[in-house]
Amino acid sequence: MDLQYAQHWLNDILNEVSTQFQKVPGSAIFLRYVKSSYQNDPVRSAVELFLVLFAIRYLLSPKYSTQKKSYVTLSDEEIDELVDDWTPEPLVAPQTQFEEAENEKRPIIVGPTGPKSKLSNGRTVTNLASYNFYNLVGNETLKEKAIQVLRTYGVGPCSPPGFYGTQDVHIKTEADIAAHLGAPACIMYAQAFSTISSVIPAFSKRGDIIVADKAVNYAIRKGIQISRSTVRWYEHNDLEDMERVLGKVVREQSKKPLTRRFIVTEGLFENVGDMLDLPKTIELKLKYKFRLILDETWSFGVLGRTGRGITEHQNVDAAEVDMIVGSLAGPLCAGGGFCAGSDEIVEHQRISAAAYTFSAALPAMLATTASEVLSMLESNPEMLTSVRDNIKTMWAQLDPRSDWIYCTSSAENPIMILALKLEVVLGRKLSMADQEQLLQEVVDETLANGVMITRVKSMPRAINATSKDVGWELQPALKVCITSGLSRKEIERAGITIRHAVTKIMTRKR
Amino acid sequence: MSRKPLNPFASTYQPSPTTTTYDEKYEMPRRASSPRVKKFANFFSTSPKSKSETQTATAALLAAASAQQQFLLNTPSSQISSPSLSLPTISLSTARADSANMDEPPTTLFQPPSPAEARRIAKAHAQFGPLGHPTHRYTSRHQGGAFPEPVMDEPPYWYLLTTYLSYLILIVFGHVRDYFGKRFRKHDYRHLQAHDGYAALNSDFDNFYVRRLKMRINDCFARPVTGVPGRYITLIDRKSDDHNLHFKLTGTTTETLNMSSYNYLGFAQSQGPCADYVEEIIKKYGLTVGSTRGDVGTTDLHVDVEELIARFVGKQSAMVFSMGFGTNATAFPALIGKGCLVISDELNHASIRFGARLSGAMIEMFRHNDVKDLERLLREVISQGQPRTHRPWKRILVVVEGLYSMEGTMCNLPGIVALKKKYKFNLFVDEAHSIGALGPKGKGVCDYFGINPADVDILMGTLTKSFGANGGYIAGDKAIIDKLRVSNAGSLYGESPAPALLAQISASLRIIAGEFVPGQGEERLQRLAFNSRYLRLGLKRLGFIVYGHDDSPIIPVLLYNPAKMPAFSHEMLKRKISVVVVGYPATPLVSSRARFCVSASHTKDDLDRLLEACDEIGNVLQLKFSSGIAGGAEPLPEGVTPEMEKEWKRAEKNGVQGEITYQPPRWKLDDVLKRGVQDVKAPLR
Repeated sequence: MDLQYAQHWLNDILNEVSTQFQKVPGSAIFLRYVKSSYQNDPVRSAVELFLVLFAIRYLLSPKYSTQKKSYVTLSDEEIDELVDDWTPEPLVAPQTQFEEAENEKRPIIVGPTGPKSKLSNGRTVTNLASYNFYNLVGNETLKEKAIQVLRTYGVGPCSPPGFYGTQDVHIKTEADIAAHLGAPACIMYAQAFSTISSVIPAFSKRGDIIVADKAVNYAIRKGIQISRSTVRWYEHNDLEDMERVLGKVVREQSKKPLTRRFIVTEGLFENVGDMLDLPKTIELKLKYKFRLILDETWSFGVLGRTGRGITEHQNVDAAEVDMIVGSLAGPLCAGGGFCAGSDEIVEHQRISAAAYTFSAALPAMLATTASEVLSMLESNPEMLTSVRDNIKTMWAQLDPRSDWIYCTSSAENPIMILALKLEVVLGRKLSMADQEQLLQEVVDETLANGVMITRVKSMPRAINATSKDVGWELQPALKVCITSGLSRKEIERAGITIRHAVTKIMTRKR
Repeated sequence: MSRKPLNPFASTYQPSPTTTTYDEKYEMPRRASSPRVKKFANFFSTSPKSKSETQTATAALLAAASAQQQFLLNTPSSQISSPSLSLPTISLSTARADSANMDEPPTTLFQPPSPAEARRIAKAHAQFGPLGHPTHRYTSRHQGGAFPEPVMDEPPYWYLLTTYLSYLILIVFGHVRDYFGKRFRKHDYRHLQAHDGYAALNSDFDNFYVRRLKMRINDCFARPVTGVPGRYITLIDRKSDDHNLHFKLTGTTTETLNMSSYNYLGFAQSQGPCADYVEEIIKKYGLTVGSTRGDVGTTDLHVDVEELIARFVGKQSAMVFSMGFGTNATAFPALIGKGCLVISDELNHASIRFGARLSGAMIEMFRHNDVKDLERLLREVISQGQPRTHRPWKRILVVVEGLYSMEGTMCNLPGIVALKKKYKFNLFVDEAHSIGALGPKGKGVCDYFGINPADVDILMGTLTKSFGANGGYIAGDKAIIDKLRVSNAGSLYGESPAPALLAQISASLRIIAGEFVPGQGEERLQRLAFNSRYLRLGLKRLGFIVYGHDDSPIIPVLLYNPAKMPAFSHEMLKRKISVVVVGYPATPLVSSRARFCVSASHTKDDLDRLLEACDEIGNVLQLKFSSGIAGGAEPLPEGVTPEMEKEWKRAEKNGVQGEITYQPPRWKLDDVLKRGVQDVKAPLR
């Protein structure tokens, strides 16, 4: 009896529910849809119902993070205890002896930088360490022009370029650089060192591919790092290896969606001093459909008949290179850096290159000085030839005559990089640190004899880096910067001083 | 009324009594001789070129300093501004360096300036306005008590809704145009699409945003300028025939009131003691040093400026760089690395993010200026240790900015320093905007809050803003800086700062510290503080939503709707005022804003002109939507103190109404201008 009663009750309820359901607008359509779409397949309906229930349960379940799986729940007292226990390392590691010595011995120039510079210890020395190739630091015309600019523009522009920091002088200098290079457009940055570290990540993003020379400078490395792109290295200045790497990348990527691909290399290498074979690089870039980012920091203003850089030197149209990055601070003796390329490339950087968008513009007087020096180079190419003569003189004194060192720079490079010969390094089993130490002693010895030169500074190691993180290590080397401000005789004498200093240090009894 | 008693720096060059004769006065540069007097007279002459080559810059500045003192003692006015240095119009009984004939006492009291002289003065005033009234000064200092959180007012929902709708419409239109453009005008879209085996050069959302949204208002950005970005800035007029894709210069210029440059202390000047010193240094040192700091790019100027900066910020050592952005970008990799943690304010500048990313350390963020959130995060990261391994962190570096450039907020330094004592992390404060702009002596946030700089490990700042030069510095303990000198890429590979910039920094720092032209530095600091508070109070009273703390010279006015950005900028330009408008991605999507950067070179009249313009534009564009919770209320009646009001509010809260009601402030412009000066000195309400 009871069962029958319950059945009645259930039927009533079901009837009630169905009438209520039919009263809902659209319910007939819904039922028809369910019936027709599942073709009265109860199993399938049940599965779907289960899925709906699961979705509801999933949505109602408490949130949890997928990243903090190893999160340990601790009480407040435990946290306090851990906080008390925690002792951080000091903010910087103590200086090594070598570093201390470097800080102590760093020369301080009193007064202007020139071919002969006065140091804070009162001595006047021949300066073969500054990038003063054309002796422009003391140029009176440039000073006069700069003072005129100072009296019209003040010193700093006090604004980033996007907000009223773009002055007419910047626009003019950008146009001058582009015209000098023969590139369609150009953008100027406030510091040469920061330029390429911002140019690379403005274009190359995560998932893109960069093929780079192993010996590229620190700024390029940092640019590549910040771009988070996939990077493939090839042996230094080995274009066959470059071709191998390019081919490999193309093969690997052939099945994947097309990504941006870049070759990043230097015109004259900062750390080694040798020169790129640009026509061959262009050929490879066109063959494998890569874009070329060329760092001309040390070749712009140095190579070519009028200092247009490696493009002029090797007779390549500058428009063939997608991006030319250069410095106005080094050979040009002004300040800032630039990137030249097509209109799209330049305009894109104006909003997405961090060092341009988020930094104040270049001071007006440095911009005008850059323009001025470019027109001097154009109208007076003898400036370059006189430096080249001095380079030859110095080469003759050092490279063939020394038993200990050789010059890794190309013959046109006014920055002569002098490394210890391989047989010396192997014969004496010198580690990198030993070589650095020896060369520092050479620098000190040379300075004691009245000639100031410097070393190629090794790249700062990342803090807490393991041995796995260290990539290519550059060979320690001396750096001698030639200037046209010295006569042939003076250069010869300086060359002899350097050679003798090297011999003295290397043959000294231990 | 002499300014002397108020001048704490005067002791450096304690002037002799007023009776001091002219000649004695100029004995001060020790080697002074009679020709020196003549040279000094030249110092004020119209042509800077006529100055003697041999005269050292220091002597010139010292001489300027003594002249200033002399002037102070001679004139009853308390006005000390740089033009006053060279104003030759009032000639009182004592012989002055710039009077026409030194031997004869002048017979007239007033000489009208010659036309050339008048032009020169007008030029000087266009760069740095004269102080309108001695009361237009205020000292930037934390008034004690807990540091208040700035109240973020919100507009009625209608404005938020229309803002989202506007962006939606813009994005939809942009995509429609891109869709058809890519099919029918292939050439224009070449760089956006893959072609002959090359992937699109830029194709992401940022690029879409720039082309389709920013391009519409591109004429408000990167306006070319010429001349000195001082009190006024000269824009080069331009127009566009192809919807802002290209601009043509029309050949004319417009002089506008400059509310956009970071020229906080007004040192962007092409004349005056700073520029004269820069000229001296260019003549002596040339334009560059042509090397890196790691090699041979260190001159006596660098050493001198580094010492000055270290002393100014109250640290043992400092180092300078040629670029502010580069300073941060290279500092972090030299301080931290793997196994370290950077805790960064969510609104920190791009350069900090850039540097922190380069360092390889882990990065965590806390809510903007929220000390509680920072503490929660600290407890979590210290107790949990490194992810997965749970090893303790090697070090934790908390990075905050002194003054945030888009919000106008200051960091809650007292709160963070208290946390530092408990949680033992290292603290890095980026004073890019706050150095020179905050504190009774302009020494930044530490000075403002009266906190010992030793409590902050690293003080970083730029030299671009308050000092009118370019570059950045890092200051800290000697051990830290010495280590950074050999391990920091910026000093190993970055170019060394140019002598002209160092000269500008050195001269402006000495002026701020009162060593040169005593009184002028103090005037600049106090005028900046007054101007900041005056403009902020005025805008709040007019009914605008303004972000940031009361003493901050950065004053963002909220616009919300994207279309109001160009409208505001154009309307301001019509009234010859140049302002910066910013929107997404520099700010959150909804809160587009206009930003005013106040300078010491502005006069009260300039700010009144700006307030009038804002009042008119605010009415037209419907920008006055503040609810009153963030300030701008009616001043209290006579005899009522803020404490009484608080009591009364509390009573009201417990009473019938339930919560405090605020009257939306909508003051009349006249009342704002009338009451401004006196109300600025009291706590703003």
